Amino acid sequence: MTSEKLHDVRLHVNGSVHEVRVPARRLLSDALRHDCGLTGTHVGCEHGVCGACTILVDGAPVRSCLMFAVSAVDAEITTVEGLTEADGSLSPVQQAFSDCHGLQCGFCTPGFLTTITAGLRDNPDPSEDEAREMIAGNLCRCTGYQNIVKSVLRASQIQGGTKGEMQGEIQEERG
Amino acid sequence: MTTKLFGTKVPRVEDQRFLRGQGRYVDDLLTDDPRLLHSAVLRSPHAHARILDIDVSDVLDVEGVLAVWTWEDLTGPMAEPLPLLIPHPTLTHGRTQYALAKDEVNYVGEAIAFVVAVDRYVAEDAVSRIRVDYEHLEPVVGIAAARAATRTVHDDVPDNVGARMEQENGDARAAIAAAPHTLTLELDVERSACTPMEGRGTVARWDPDTSRLTVWSSTQTSTGVRGCVAAKLGLDLAKVDVITPDVGGGFGVKINHPWPEELLVPLAAMTLGRPVKFTEDRREHFISSAHERAQQHHVEVGFDDDGRLLGLDVEFWHDHGAYTPYGLIVPIITSTQLLGPYKPQNYRVVFESLYTNTVIVTPYRGAGRPQGCFVMERTMDAIAAYLGKDRTEVRSTNFIQPDEFPFEHGLVFQDGRELTYDSGDYPASLVKLKELVGWDEFEDFRAEMAAQGRRVGIGLACYVEGTGVGPYEGAHVHIETSGRVKVATGLTTQGQGHQTAFAQIVADTLGVRFEDVEITTGDTRKMPYAVGTFASRAAVMSGSAIHLAALRAKEKALRIAAEALEASEDDLEIADGVVSVRGTDTSVDLGTVAVLSNPLRYAFDEASKAATQFSVGDPGKPPVAEDDEPGLEGKDFYSPERSTFASGMHAVIVETDPDTAEITILKYAVVHDCGHLINPMIVEGQIHGGVAQGVGGALYERMAYDESGQLLNASFMDFLMPYVTEVPTTIDIDHLETPSPLNPLGIKGAGEAGVIPSAAVFAAAIEDAEGFPIAAMPISPSELFALRLAHADTPAEAIAEETR
Repeated sequence: MTSEKLHDVRLHVNGSVHEVRVPARRLLSDALRHDCGLTGTHVGCEHGVCGACTILVDGAPVRSCLMFAVSAVDAEITTVEGLTEADGSLSPVQQAFSDCHGLQCGFCTPGFLTTITAGLRDNPDPSEDEAREMIAGNLCRCTGYQNIVKSVLRASQIQGGTKGEMQGEIQEERG
Repeated sequence: MTTKLFGTKVPRVEDQRFLRGQGRYVDDLLTDDPRLLHSAVLRSPHAHARILDIDVSDVLDVEGVLAVWTWEDLTGPMAEPLPLLIPHPTLTHGRTQYALAKDEVNYVGEAIAFVVAVDRYVAEDAVSRIRVDYEHLEPVVGIAAARAATRTVHDDVPDNVGARMEQENGDARAAIAAAPHTLTLELDVERSACTPMEGRGTVARWDPDTSRLTVWSSTQTSTGVRGCVAAKLGLDLAKVDVITPDVGGGFGVKINHPWPEELLVPLAAMTLGRPVKFTEDRREHFISSAHERAQQHHVEVGFDDDGRLLGLDVEFWHDHGAYTPYGLIVPIITSTQLLGPYKPQNYRVVFESLYTNTVIVTPYRGAGRPQGCFVMERTMDAIAAYLGKDRTEVRSTNFIQPDEFPFEHGLVFQDGRELTYDSGDYPASLVKLKELVGWDEFEDFRAEMAAQGRRVGIGLACYVEGTGVGPYEGAHVHIETSGRVKVATGLTTQGQGHQTAFAQIVADTLGVRFEDVEITTGDTRKMPYAVGTFASRAAVMSGSAIHLAALRAKEKALRIAAEALEASEDDLEIADGVVSVRGTDTSVDLGTVAVLSNPLRYAFDEASKAATQFSVGDPGKPPVAEDDEPGLEGKDFYSPERSTFASGMHAVIVETDPDTAEITILKYAVVHDCGHLINPMIVEGQIHGGVAQGVGGALYERMAYDESGQLLNASFMDFLMPYVTEVPTTIDIDHLETPSPLNPLGIKGAGEAGVIPSAAVFAAAIEDAEGFPIAAMPISPSELFALRLAHADTPAEAIAEETR
């Protein structure tokens, strides 16, 4: 069989440039994980339903298993590895997950973190219902979601948000 | 003084790496190794067929393909059927598949050929070029077809019956015949599956320089995989290391082993001299990893005017799929655990475990208990309905009382031990649950809702869960000269927060800072004697072993410190990693004690300088005494005489839409008793997750096989798992702590509790809302709608009669 045509692709990920040579059919999720070595992005279903592979493409949450690497050439990509603050500390969303026990096995977590990061940028002060809406496209098999909803509200609080009836309860639990 | 950590909500240490994208799951390993190869499996597209010919001649033409295996290429033990892991005398017709199908396939998804290539895309290309000639055979799909046995799955298994098992305590049939009241019920549960977010995965690397095979597997049992790999590949056990890195959820499916790929990947790595990886995709997970839950039950019960059980006779049929690698664990658990918190005075249970042409069945979180709980709790509700009594009253009448523990049921449990409950307080749990859910106020709420044209119902369900099953787990605790404590236990972890909970135990037992404790799980290099993580056993088994091992390390530390400080051991205490003489300023760091424990010849750093044989010890004696060993370590094993028994009760209030029959959860309450809680935050997280899986099992998840054995919903698009929109917005949880007398920490285990009563509690609430019996789960809105139509013209008395 003839060899597959390869494309030189320059990916801008988390502020760095990655030069990869991939076939046209290579999924962006695979390119990030296996070619760029950024294994924080996880693949749970490869058909766009579970949300584990969600990354930010030019700031918008995108299923990286539904996008080809060659389509991402001109985009600014942020993966879970890029969410941490410059000084190495956790971002508000990451910190909130730690505070509220918003994760168990951690496999779906990167997709939730990126989704919520984008969600809170668009709506920094969500109500509990809006928090639930924000994560309604991501599957988690471990946590039962209650603590992920809490994490969204807690992250908003860390960022300076004020709304959300559950916030008193969250503070109380932390105390 | 160190704060006591046991029982407190310590934040999880493992979260740091998970949150930063630095977790290491199997598919994350060796990604930067250019020699790494990838694999793909040709799976049967047919549920039942004879393989006439496999043509792989086009495969090696695909650029980037290195090798292809079919059964004919396998030799020695690899060419024999996979092991039957848990044989049982009543499993008279146990059958297991081959690593690659020989002659016949018995379910859609069965592995036929294994291709290794430079990447997964190319491997899949190659798989699509394999041509197989099949002779189609009629498949057996579902329990009804298996029972009818007009055709068989295996030619040499008559009537599709792999096993028939019966247990009886007393004379149930005579007791029922003599009882004032009797009821008969038919109760069905359908297939579902664990479906962790991470599928199965295996990586293997053969090191010719050291003649060692390293296997990384997303398994629930590293030692089990190690034993199987060594046996099947003909390697000395000492040449095989199995490491379980981070695991993206298990819920039971990853306890089955070896999966064909767990053998084929190491075989390929050794043959090709390059590391090889297999990562299951989602469709593969649906069709080739295990399912559970499908059972049909026939119940006959006799009781008195108070609803007291006088005799219970249960017959059920378990669909174990095409093979029985994990034995009869699931139906044995159903048959024993359905007794829950009650004490039927005469109990008989018999089950048949049946072959079908569908993927294998192995334990799924709860492992047969959800079905057992469904059977018993539906029976309790039926008795209450028959007698016109409150459902909680009938349950109270039948509870084992707190002063009756240990309670012997006169049956044998899944571990081959007597079914004896260790401790519990079921009446106290019920009091808490009624209060938590507002049981006594519900009729007012119902009336209020009815006035608005809304239909609501309430249900409750009680369960007892055999946890902490043996045979044993072990632990090794090593205090380094830095004062840091390295702990290894052999069982694996897949999201339960073991690194945190176990470190809490060590910090308390040893008197060290939590931050100074590092836990390793599932690495056979560090603890080769272990069983695995399943059946809510990790906290009980490894938690206890770690506690015992830490005590041993502490004992040694105190002995050496006493010598160094010229004090009595009884006067010493350890806090924050410092050993001190009570009430004085005299103290020594644990790290220094570690230095003192190990006479050295070579001084490689400041600490070791102090430990050289020339600077410590009595020159009149050997540096290491005859009954001692160098180093500050402790190793111990915990092996219980029998399982612990956690318990709990759930209640739910649902609303059913009068038009669409949609089922909405209004309130969910849990009372839970797993003995002493190590970390209440983690326990509550386990309950949350369990309830969500239970909601899925009760209302959404089912494996939709068609009559030819094709799974019609083998994707997350079609198999409905709960999103945040499907779970209760809040779960009210109350704990009861009846410590287990069987282990030093008084703990029982909490991993599966949340999922056990779900089908039962939802069936009860829907029945209460609708006024007709619910006998099969899961239930979809369209099924509820159909039931409404069926009962529309039936007067209430006739429905009650039907229940009888």
